[in-house]
Amino acid sequence: MKARVTVTLKSGILDPQGKAIEGALRSLGLAGVSSVRQGKVFDIEIDDGDRAKAEALLKQAADKLLANTVIENYKVDVLG
Amino acid sequence: MKAAVLVFPGINRERDMARTLRLISGREPASVWHADTELPAGTDLVVIPGGFSYGDYLRCGAIAARSPIMNAVRAHAASGGLVLGVCNGFQILCEAGLLPGVLMRNGNLRFICHDVYLRVERSDTPFTRGYNAGQVVRVPVAHGEGNYIADGETIARLEGEGRVLFRYSSPDGTIDPNWNHNGAINAIAGILNERGNVFGMMPHPENHVEAAIGPTDGRGLFAGLAEVLERAA
Repeated sequence: MKARVTVTLKSGILDPQGKAIEGALRSLGLAGVSSVRQGKVFDIEIDDGDRAKAEALLKQAADKLLANTVIENYKVDVLG
Repeated sequence: MKAAVLVFPGINRERDMARTLRLISGREPASVWHADTELPAGTDLVVIPGGFSYGDYLRCGAIAARSPIMNAVRAHAASGGLVLGVCNGFQILCEAGLLPGVLMRNGNLRFICHDVYLRVERSDTPFTRGYNAGQVVRVPVAHGEGNYIADGETIARLEGEGRVLFRYSSPDGTIDPNWNHNGAINAIAGILNERGNVFGMMPHPENHVEAAIGPTDGRGLFAGLAEVLERAA
């Protein structure tokens, strides 16, 4: 079973990397980008075929390691 | 003083730290591998040195904070034992939940590697008793992620309880954005936990301890710790 955990910075947390990328997009002449926030994506394979169990497992993984919940939010998607 | 210096893959300041502890306390610190599950018997100070544990993968200090030895460090701290984290060690303590907040990418996006000035905010802690409150010390920094941040409530608590022990300042002790190299909130360079026995800081006091090399302002931190622990022993 495939799943994806997406980790993003909470709003209000300054993201200097996102700002730098935003500036670089502008200097490429790509007009219309008003803001960039950088995050992380984890593509994960799960042994178990049970969807609910997989979600619970990934939530644990995100809380314990993948995200630092002081500054980051996460989203778990079990893709099947 | 019976110090234990933790060693994780990718840590590179453990020998500087061990050398300084030996120089100032006269005792050889133990070196403890990350996969160990226990600290040497009688350890009274755990030191987490600087470097790039696990190549800063995921987040600085994130993987090291979940390694087996950290359970022993948690138990040591819970029983009142002293813990010092420097640079990556500070990041590891935050990731382990032993200190609040996070060290984010420096505001200017650059790796900063030079001497800084720190204003000592309090001298009545085991970590700063070798200094006077208001004193300015010169020590080096070497980090890309030292920009301390926490939620507003946490910052208010840290400030209200006097748990900020060092701030980036000018040479005369003025807090000024121009001297706050990494952009840390309230120019925070080092913080203490609630109980007062776990301390983390980004700068490297262990590198300024010998007159033959340069300033010796870092000595005070280790001399103060050695004094407290020798007295307790």
